[in-house]
Amino acid sequence: MIHARGLTKTFGPVEAVRGIDLDVSPGEIVGFLGPNGAGKTTTLRMLTTLLRPTSGAAAVAGADLFADPAAVRRRIGYVAQGGAFAPFSPVGEELVLQARLYGLNREQARERVATLLAELDLPGVEDRTTVTMSGGQKRRLDIAMGLLHRPELLFLDEPTTGLDPQSRANLWDHVRRLRERDGLTVFLTTHYLEEADALCDRVLIIDHGRIVAAGTPDELKTEHGARTLDDVFLAVTGRELREGAAA
Amino acid sequence: MTALAALTGHYLRVSFTNKFSLVFSALQPFLYLVLFGPLFDRSGVGSWAVLVPGLLVQLGLTSAGMAGFTIVFDQRFGVLERLRVTPVSRVTLLLGRVLRDSVVLLVQAVAIIVAGYALGLRAPIAGVLGALLLTTVLSVGMASLSYTAALTLRQELFAPVMSTLVVPLMLLSGALLPMSLAPAWLDVVSRLTPFRYAVEGLRALFAGSYASSALVWGVVVSLAFAVLGVTLGTRRFQRENA
Repeated sequence: MIHARGLTKTFGPVEAVRGIDLDVSPGEIVGFLGPNGAGKTTTLRMLTTLLRPTSGAAAVAGADLFADPAAVRRRIGYVAQGGAFAPFSPVGEELVLQARLYGLNREQARERVATLLAELDLPGVEDRTTVTMSGGQKRRLDIAMGLLHRPELLFLDEPTTGLDPQSRANLWDHVRRLRERDGLTVFLTTHYLEEADALCDRVLIIDHGRIVAAGTPDELKTEHGARTLDDVFLAVTGRELREGAAA
Repeated sequence: MTALAALTGHYLRVSFTNKFSLVFSALQPFLYLVLFGPLFDRSGVGSWAVLVPGLLVQLGLTSAGMAGFTIVFDQRFGVLERLRVTPVSRVTLLLGRVLRDSVVLLVQAVAIIVAGYALGLRAPIAGVLGALLLTTVLSVGMASLSYTAALTLRQELFAPVMSTLVVPLMLLSGALLPMSLAPAWLDVVSRLTPFRYAVEGLRALFAGSYASSALVWGVVVSLAFAVLGVTLGTRRFQRENA
């Protein structure tokens, strides 16, 4: 579903991503972990066509990222970290507009929005604005926005940051259900390692723009003789930080 | 096409729901019409048919020129990014907004012309319709450049920079007093701005001189301005916002 080779991104003198290879198979839920500033969001923005890589090659959802970004856009959904709704606009109108941009007519768009909102436990919220909603509701709304056109692959950038444990567990259930029912492939970033452990089939850890560890949560724990993913994470990232502190 | 209609329709609904901004962005030219127009009419410089075309260009600057303000918020709330990740072409993403701004400006321009009539404006109907068309062309360029500026400048700079820029552009266009009164140097500077030609083209239409060179120049410069605006705007929409 994703095949990337040697992806890099430099901003002026700063090398944000320094040559990433990654492969994600259809139907997988893959967690993309790393410290703040490690290159997670930059990588995600490259894979979702929002940022042009400096070099490298990638096929996303079967389309070439460089040659045919429009085809990539048709096949993927992207849920950004900060959400996608203006605070004072009725959410139904925004969702219907988005659906129409993927080619649905007004009737189809309304139906699709109603169905999706019901599936995400948000029935009948069309006339409300996000100002009146809880953090968990807003996040599910963002996910609805990313699923309108039935993408094969969904990118979630820190989907559960700032949510309470119930809302987080609820969101995991929704993600699992989407994979089981629709065969959706999910590529998500998170800072919660127990989330990666519980939800993801496979985990990639990025640090300083390079992938420093990859495998199933259990493989990684075994490989590093660690009890939790937290321990693995601490072992493979922030080396410079620790060495700096020791020196 | 569907995407363009969906976008424009959506933005129009938003604009016509929020009537405050609809009135507010036309307030300045309207105030000039009511509080300055009667003086101008009796000044001996010209009649209402000279002033109102100038106010249409002023309207273009205050209404379409400040259109970029809306995209600053869309950018902040992730709305713009959500649109950019759809397969819709970048020029459509821009034009959806620009067409809304043109329709809004058209409604405001009609209101100003009608109010002008009540105050004593007399102009041939064909000329007025032509003027509305030319104002629309101008607004396409204005709004596109406004979005380009909004996506290029730092967010907090857009409003102060644009509202300051509008003043010299308006004065140099000769919208308030014809540039035929200007000393040579001011006349030269004025000719370097596109709005000078738009004002004179619109005045020719209001005067019924459909074959004048002023009108030809007004049309040519406004069209070129619109093409330039859309080209730059589309480029800005294509570029990644890192």
